[in-house]
Amino acid sequence: MSSTYLEVGGGFSPSPAMSRLQILRAYLTEAKYESIRMLRMPSFGIPLLALPVMLFLLFGVLIFGKNVQGDPDAAKWLFTAFAVMGMMGPGMFGFGVSLAIEREQGLLKLKRALPMPPAAYLVAKMFMALAFGAMIMATMVAALPVGHVSLRAGQVFGVAAINILGTLPFCAIGLFIGTLATGRSAPAFVNILYQMMLHLSGLFYPLPKVLRAIRPIWPTYHLQQLVLWAGGTPTDGRPIVHAAVLAGLTVVLVALSVRRLVRIG
Amino acid sequence: MKNQDANNHLLAELSGASKRFGKIVALDSLDLEVRPGELLAVLGQNGAGKTTAISLLLGLEQPDSGTARLFGQSPHLIEGRRHIGVMMQEVFLAAELHVREQIDLVASYYPNPLSPEHVMQSTHTESLADRPYGKLSGGQKRQAQFAMAICGRPKLLFLDEPTVGLDVQSREVMWVTLRRLVHEGCSIVLTTHYLEEAEALADRVVVLAKGRAIASGTVEQIRALVVRKRVTCVTSLDLGQIAAWPDVESVTREQQRLLIATSNPEVVVRRLLAADANLCELEIRRAGLAEAFTELTQEAA
Repeated sequence: MSSTYLEVGGGFSPSPAMSRLQILRAYLTEAKYESIRMLRMPSFGIPLLALPVMLFLLFGVLIFGKNVQGDPDAAKWLFTAFAVMGMMGPGMFGFGVSLAIEREQGLLKLKRALPMPPAAYLVAKMFMALAFGAMIMATMVAALPVGHVSLRAGQVFGVAAINILGTLPFCAIGLFIGTLATGRSAPAFVNILYQMMLHLSGLFYPLPKVLRAIRPIWPTYHLQQLVLWAGGTPTDGRPIVHAAVLAGLTVVLVALSVRRLVRIG
Repeated sequence: MKNQDANNHLLAELSGASKRFGKIVALDSLDLEVRPGELLAVLGQNGAGKTTAISLLLGLEQPDSGTARLFGQSPHLIEGRRHIGVMMQEVFLAAELHVREQIDLVASYYPNPLSPEHVMQSTHTESLADRPYGKLSGGQKRQAQFAMAICGRPKLLFLDEPTVGLDVQSREVMWVTLRRLVHEGCSIVLTTHYLEEAEALADRVVVLAKGRAIASGTVEQIRALVVRKRVTCVTSLDLGQIAAWPDVESVTREQQRLLIATSNPEVVVRRLLAADANLCELEIRRAGLAEAFTELTQEAA
């Protein structure tokens, strides 16, 4: 062993197989380092993790605390609005913008040349977004007691679970933009769409009639309705329809993006 | 026998591969083969098609016509790529990850990798282990990328301009490592602008121009393609006078010495000695790879 240097194998030999365990390990390693590096990026991690709960405490407790104290539905509404907002960031900024930048900077190309399991790169980013979603949701749940929001333990679990899964459609949107846009233009596209989804879907406040009618085009609307349903608040339409819209959007965007990534990179 | 088997196979191969990007022809029916245990240097000016040729072998681009094969199969198949290591020219790796973590990540793609510790030891990068990649100097980044390229125990290593930005000492270390890898049976495809690098390392050289191979062979054979030789001497003879002689292609002065390029040095030297009894420091040299390269690529253009 010590006589050879790097112990590389010369010549031609049968293809080395990787065990399932090794492939699983490759996926986990990719996901681990994707999450670590996002956590090490303060400009990304801190606003994403802290903003939703800080804004909820500001608006839901300090400013409108008195108003929502006697109105449990309004309290839940505000809580779900900031929770949904929290789920948008990791997918759209963490997944989408980083993908666009890494495509441009050649990292994706290197990974395509290396024997990385084909889906590991995207799965790692998705895992990272889910992990951030879970952390953000934990901060929101921690703020529940001061927010005058009355949810039973089971409802808290349902609200959190649906919300965390709700990061996935935003990952798909981020993936789609990150696949098409350049590293420099992606933040602008993501920001415009982020603001539109935040304000035009009726997340925080009632909308005028015209905008109300087109709310169903925004995934944020469907996710908030689902989360409200899980929290026991009356909602527009049937939960299954909201879930189907979000799942459909995710599948279509992922399929379009992957097709393009495989062909063009 | 494993060795016999090895001789029957090419590790990587382009045959009749063409590729155009819009109106630009990047590769024009190129044949290129990588044989077991050799270090193949791919030379060419910018835009000659070096990177495109490598991209086809790595499966990053599809040839418009012709074929690219890696270990006898399509480069898109992951099994073949598990035999290779790659170091690219223009790549930004995650700035926040430490060098050890970068190696650990790449190693996880391979069935039988070396430990990050072993790799860092072999490439003299231990001191970089816990430093964020983004904080490294250009040369240190190249060293880290090289460590990542070899961590999977590749049988075939693709190195695109590996020593750009390295100081002399680090370059020496990398050259030593490359020689040892070849000695252990690893094949290497190296693209480089440094001709002395190809001269020092390559078993075989392919010169590309305008997407075609205009010359290929050992360093000796490429040199021999260029008939021009260089005569240098210290003489009192006039530069213009010598330039007018037949067989003299060019004359330049470098401090006190005259540099004469000729394809017929014997005739020129005889005449020089006859004309100047005090002539000294006479030297005749064959073309180096650099001159051969310049001449070949000029002919192609």
